[in-house]
Amino acid sequence: MRGSFSALVIREISVVLKSQNEFIYPIAFFFIVTSLFPLAVTPDPVQLAYIAPGVIWVAALLSILLSLNGFYQSDYEEGGLEQLLLSGVSGPTIVLSKSLANWLVTGLPLVIVAPLIGVLFHLDGEANWIAFLSLLIGTPSLCLIGSIGMCLTLGLRNGGVLLTLLVLPLFIPVLIFGALSVQAASLGDTTSGQLAILGAMLILSIMLAPFAGSAAMKISID
Amino acid sequence: MWTWFFQLASPKWVFQFIEKLLPWFRAITLVLFIAGLFLGLLYSSLDYQQGNTVRILYIHVPGAFLSMFAYVLMAITGAIGFIWRIKMAHIVSVSCAPIGAILTLLTLISGAVWGKPTWGTYWEWDARLTSYLILLFLYLGFMALHSAFDDRKSGDRASAVLAMVGLVNIPIIHFSVEWWNTLHQGATISKLEKPSMDADMLAALLTMIAAYQFYFLTVLMQRIQGEILVREKLTGWVRKLVIASK
Repeated sequence: MRGSFSALVIREISVVLKSQNEFIYPIAFFFIVTSLFPLAVTPDPVQLAYIAPGVIWVAALLSILLSLNGFYQSDYEEGGLEQLLLSGVSGPTIVLSKSLANWLVTGLPLVIVAPLIGVLFHLDGEANWIAFLSLLIGTPSLCLIGSIGMCLTLGLRNGGVLLTLLVLPLFIPVLIFGALSVQAASLGDTTSGQLAILGAMLILSIMLAPFAGSAAMKISID
Repeated sequence: MWTWFFQLASPKWVFQFIEKLLPWFRAITLVLFIAGLFLGLLYSSLDYQQGNTVRILYIHVPGAFLSMFAYVLMAITGAIGFIWRIKMAHIVSVSCAPIGAILTLLTLISGAVWGKPTWGTYWEWDARLTSYLILLFLYLGFMALHSAFDDRKSGDRASAVLAMVGLVNIPIIHFSVEWWNTLHQGATISKLEKPSMDADMLAALLTMIAAYQFYFLTVLMQRIQGEILVREKLTGWVRKLVIASK
């Protein structure tokens, strides 16, 4: 069981890394979208620091939404997903391994890049640290929740737009507490509560999302 | 007793059963609405701060209650259909969605109309309001996903999964008031404590909730009938029915 799980994760990561430079897109997207805000809103440091938590979180959320497709769509179209299911690996294991690979390839680089964006947005050190922490706890939940929506829309013609419609409402609680924690940190408040709720959401999504995703995947495949 | 239960899974039986129930439900809905609107809009006492504005309560609160109820019903029937593969459960689940979406919209609009004179703003990004907006998005996602599938069976099952996932959101909605506790007041009616409103206001509100509940059930039954007719259009009894109605 453990062997097949790690083998699956390694397979997912190597498939994505070998498919040209696609794994770079979400991070590039994250960078570009965040750098639009100073241009569109204001370059004033005080106001930038004020909007930074929200901007960083929304951009991270959208980047993860963009990255989901690469982990499922081609696998589904080429029949790889079907073969994996036939090979006796359980559905939840597939979803969990894909989500973990998705997070390692997209989520983790976002988390690492985020403090740099924070500096560009004049976030102070403490808030920047909390932004890093909250993204570290929050982005895996996004990958897991997103995988449910992705599995639901696998076989559909214009699944991309529908995916956004399905998944974004489910992302909102994570977004609220993630951005709240950074805001609280920049105001000098305690942030343990918000981070604890993010952690609770992560535990909940690790427990439930693989099963929902696997149920959805089986509907799309048969 | 059990045969009655098993008959619920037969679209034909349910269609004919609804046909018998509908006149009664329509009548009860009408009576409750007349009584509730009379009690609420004319008879009940005024709020000492809000004056007549408080009467929006009788439109707003039942809508909020029912839009939540419709979602839970949609998710539970979806789960029943998903787990035991019962066609009728999916029909009920799918029929709930548009009614629930409309009631959520009604709640948001009546809330906005109420918010202007009392809070001084149509919209506030308060936890409860935002949760209802999310609820509306969830309904729209459910309907969009269901209609996106060419195969109705896959659409039923996929949207049932989505409804179950969205159900996790319902407790978050419910406890959001206590978590964030911003502009929206906390729940006034609770089962355990004495309600903090006048008896005549409570009577009006409860009548309106009952009226909304029966309205919901009536419309739901009609939607179920329509859904059954569409899905069973190739069967003999539907053909006979259509020919007879001509």
